[in-house]
Amino acid sequence: MNTSEMKKMTYRDAIRLGMTEEMRRDDNVIFMGEDIGIYGGAFGVSHGMIDEFGEERILDTPISEATIVGTAVGAAATGLRPICEIMFMDFVTFAMDALVNQGAKMRYMFGGQSQVPMVLRLPAGSGTGAAAQHSQSLEAWLCHIPGLKVVTPSTPAQAKGLIKAAIRDNNPVCFIEHKLLYKIDDLVPLDEEFIIEIGKTLTERQGKDITIVTYGSLLLKAMEAAAFLAEEGIEVEILNPATLYPMDMKPIVESVIKTGRVIVAHEAAKTGGLGGEIVARIVESDAFDYLNAPIIRLAGLDVPIPYNKELEAACVPQKIDFIRAVHRLIDSEQG
Amino acid sequence: MIELSEEILLRMYYKMNQARFFEEKVDYLFSKGLVHGTAHLSIGQEASGVISCLALEKGDLVSMTHRGHAQAIGFGLDVNLMMAEFMGRARGYCKGKGGSMHIADVQNGNIGANGVVGGGFNLSCGAALTQKYKKTGKVVLCFAGDGATNQGSFHESLNLAAVWNLPIVFLIENNLYGMSSPISKNMNIENISERSGSYDIPGLTIDGNDPIEVYNTVLKALRYARAGRGPVLVEAKTYRYNGHSKGDAQVYRNEEEIAEWREKDPILRLKKYLQENRVFTDKQIQTMANEAHKSIETALKFAMESPEPEITSVLEDVYA
Ligand SMILES: Cc1ncc(C[n+]2csc(CCOP(=O)(O)OP(=O)(O)O)c2C)c(N)n1
Ligand SMILES: [Mg+2]
Repeated sequence: MNTSEMKKMTYRDAIRLGMTEEMRRDDNVIFMGEDIGIYGGAFGVSHGMIDEFGEERILDTPISEATIVGTAVGAAATGLRPICEIMFMDFVTFAMDALVNQGAKMRYMFGGQSQVPMVLRLPAGSGTGAAAQHSQSLEAWLCHIPGLKVVTPSTPAQAKGLIKAAIRDNNPVCFIEHKLLYKIDDLVPLDEEFIIEIGKTLTERQGKDITIVTYGSLLLKAMEAAAFLAEEGIEVEILNPATLYPMDMKPIVESVIKTGRVIVAHEAAKTGGLGGEIVARIVESDAFDYLNAPIIRLAGLDVPIPYNKELEAACVPQKIDFIRAVHRLIDSEQG
Repeated sequence: MIELSEEILLRMYYKMNQARFFEEKVDYLFSKGLVHGTAHLSIGQEASGVISCLALEKGDLVSMTHRGHAQAIGFGLDVNLMMAEFMGRARGYCKGKGGSMHIADVQNGNIGANGVVGGGFNLSCGAALTQKYKKTGKVVLCFAGDGATNQGSFHESLNLAAVWNLPIVFLIENNLYGMSSPISKNMNIENISERSGSYDIPGLTIDGNDPIEVYNTVLKALRYARAGRGPVLVEAKTYRYNGHSKGDAQVYRNEEEIAEWREKDPILRLKKYLQENRVFTDKQIQTMANEAHKSIETALKFAMESPEPEITSVLEDVYA
């Protein structure tokens, strides 16, 4: 195949393509979850996979999240490479024992004897009117657990490259998908060896004036804000830590050294969110001396996500919030 | 068999119609793109949803599911406030913060619908513990779907309720599917009530589309729990006509199956019962349905006229 061949497809289709290629390549890869077979998953990500791989490898499970993930850990530790879909990230709560006390620690506890190569796919985020129990962004919990890796793609190409890397990784990888991104479409490399390495922060836009660090669906809002600000002559640099853990700080630190101003943004609630961690690492680094203004954190309000559409939107940073934050940073220096 | 009064039969017919019209309205509003989010309709399940609540005494409690509109209407919630909540308005039960999946009327004993499948079992144990501790003599009716009985919380809760002798009636609305999954794929037993055997509590499987059978069975189960004899598991076999939620292509079932169940429609069943037993005239029956229909039109008007919540309210009610 021509390795530079690209095809336009949605984020949803790109995840499916990545999983499909890996399942063709390695028959130890199996896929478990609720309604992933004939229904194609709650968000259509696994649509049609049952036709190619059958019920042996596409396993529809009962509604038993604790057992889905526990089974995946046990299977992974004994030679399979399971992918699990938890219908909504919110229900990872049920699976926390399997994930946190078992999967994440097994290798270390056993002195390096085991490995747990599994992927937990977690549709996350608000914006769908699904209210408090179906809209959360809980990535900070997962990043807090040594032994887990956490990735979150923002584009179709990243979705394909990262799901493949996650499946090939020999550790439990949490793969967070933002529900608002499923319909986004863009070019995706068809090369079956196209992988986005886990542990790399991606530079999404170059600029000299301000650094924005953000991920997930907020990346799109930041990109739109940057395009708007460019017309005012403000050049924003945008960095996307598509691997949230272990996070690659180098490009972030380098960017802050260049711009001296930084905004860190995520949809998850501010308190205890990853933004605090990123900011701490910036101020611990060489970039500290280069900061020309206080760092701004844009984050979700510290509230459960409400149902009403306007209230829901008010809970998470929007494009306008990025623009205002940039203006504030610029003004704070001039004034 | 318990003889039913005219008054209760009238309430049954009125409320089942009200639930049906409410959900048809919800479906319509979605089809027109007038409402954000999603909802789970229980059209076809009105006997298990509505009628089981009619067997409750004042002061009894209920825990509802994600498919809870009929349950709420049966319990006596105000359709105006329900519709306003569904539309995300300030005058809704949860001030527009909960939506269809989180309707609740806590001060009146409705401890809430639940978006988490299986989330209600142990909350019901807690609510029943309160009743037992405070010696209120009240019972908790805990709704759940067939799919939910595969969560660990179902088994843990039945066990706890059994050993602690808690006043709960677990009412499983077995509509044969959890989303796209037929129960036959997810459990090796035919009747979920068999699971009661593991906990040594009574378990009953009933025709969940027969309003009279639902009423009599739940009433009996509530009496048993109220007498301090512990929990009861009731499985009501029923069916939802609509898809799981908005945007379900329903590839997992066929038209014939749906048509077969429409023949067993609970509202038509009750209508026939009323006609055959000459409880009411056809005209009276029609009037009740018309009244129910009118109440939903009024509810929609109420909801439309209710203001949107103030943006600042987003920060309220996080803590007591
Ligand atoms: C813990 C959890 N897992 C998955 C879901 C997604 N989900 C919502 S309803 C549903 C099916 C529930 O089936 P059942 O209990 O039979 O109730 P029904 O929808 O048939 O009324 C699923 C899987 C959820 N809301 N909560
Ligand atoms: Mg069901």
